[in-house]
Amino acid sequence: MTIAVEIAVKRATRTAPPFTLDAAFEVPAHGVTALLGPSGSGKTTVLRALAGLDRHAGCIRFDREIWQDGSHFVPPHRRAIGYVAQGTSLLPHLSVAQNLDYAERRAPAGHSVRQDIVVRTGIAALLDRMPARLSGGEARRAAIARALVGRPRLLLLDEPLSGLDGEARAAMLAQLAGLLHDSRCPVIYVTHSADEAECLADRTLTIEGGRVAVACAPRSIRPAAGISGG
Amino acid sequence: MTMVIATTAELAAVTTILLLLLATPLAWWLARSTAWWKEIVGAVAALPLVLPPTVIGFYVLIALGPASPLMTLLHPFGVRTLAFTFEGLVIGSLFYSLPFAVHPLRTAFESIGEPSLELAATMGAGPLDRFLTVGIPLARRGFVSAAILVFSHTVGEFGVVLMVGGGIPGRTEVLSTRIYSLVESLQFGAAHRLAAGLVVFAFVTLLAALLVDRRLNAPRL
Repeated sequence: MTIAVEIAVKRATRTAPPFTLDAAFEVPAHGVTALLGPSGSGKTTVLRALAGLDRHAGCIRFDREIWQDGSHFVPPHRRAIGYVAQGTSLLPHLSVAQNLDYAERRAPAGHSVRQDIVVRTGIAALLDRMPARLSGGEARRAAIARALVGRPRLLLLDEPLSGLDGEARAAMLAQLAGLLHDSRCPVIYVTHSADEAECLADRTLTIEGGRVAVACAPRSIRPAAGISGG
Repeated sequence: MTMVIATTAELAAVTTILLLLLATPLAWWLARSTAWWKEIVGAVAALPLVLPPTVIGFYVLIALGPASPLMTLLHPFGVRTLAFTFEGLVIGSLFYSLPFAVHPLRTAFESIGEPSLELAATMGAGPLDRFLTVGIPLARRGFVSAAILVFSHTVGEFGVVLMVGGGIPGRTEVLSTRIYSLVESLQFGAAHRLAAGLVVFAFVTLLAALLVDRRLNAPRL
């Protein structure tokens, strides 16, 4: 089982220098794949394409399912993904509990993982709060819980730790490592921080200068996680 | 007099309900579509803002008359004409007040922003699901403004109801046309009372609209 991405993006604007991205990679559909690169390098572009939020020229395949090619495009609501965007990734008019309900009601068939996720993300005390009343770290944890409760087949995380610092970041990093490992859901993890990638990822892709390199070695403690193709 | 007030209130209420149902999908489409020709539709929907009400009334009257192609289609069902009927008034009012529903709804839908809708999509919500569970709840201010504006604007319409309804006492006479006929027959005292009543009504609805809007505008905590 692999996730294969091959997209080409060319964007010319009057204000910014032209942006080009040629992303072609194939990674195993298990474990955590970090997508590492400086800001503006196109990490979020790749993630949004995987989610089906934007359509660029190219192909995207998840396992044996074609999500996108020249003639075919699966919209995001049919991809059974979990997506945590940067910022507050919760519906603003629903409480935390209602956000979880929203995701769970639309999840693919399966056993509820809600109880476990709520406990492990430590959001039990936040369930009745509205998103506007959450701190940055609380909102991130709630958003990750929201994504996992939807029992995704692929979890897409966009800088889930950005904006957190010091202890909060360290604590959440440890929590996230356990959660992602136990969820058994393949994760694409976008970050600009090499130590986050080091700590969480089974393999790392770097994006730089509009290209994706499959340069970094898989983490040694999980030798099963190799890179096939490129 | 109670008859006139009842007709006016019924007309405004029916128009408000129907128009919210009709204008919501239109406003949603205007807010979200990327079609180049959507502003043509937007301009047509806004036409009643600038057209003289008598022009709207004239065309609606023609369309609802017994000889119009539209009415010919209804002849087999026993409907000859809707001119000078309450149903005709409702149809005229729908056109007349359309922009007052579309504009606040469109603005509200446009202000929702892509992230919330995208988020719902990634959670598995299809287009209709997103519209119902994210679009409508996040645009509730627009619905309140649209309802209040359409209702009060319909209460205040004169040209259209006179053209389409003819101000027939007991059937199509509403407050605004009653004031006109009172003045025509020099009953200034009665006209004064009705006019003052409408001023109070307009003030109260606008004040209510502003207060509700301020309340809904507060962040959800």
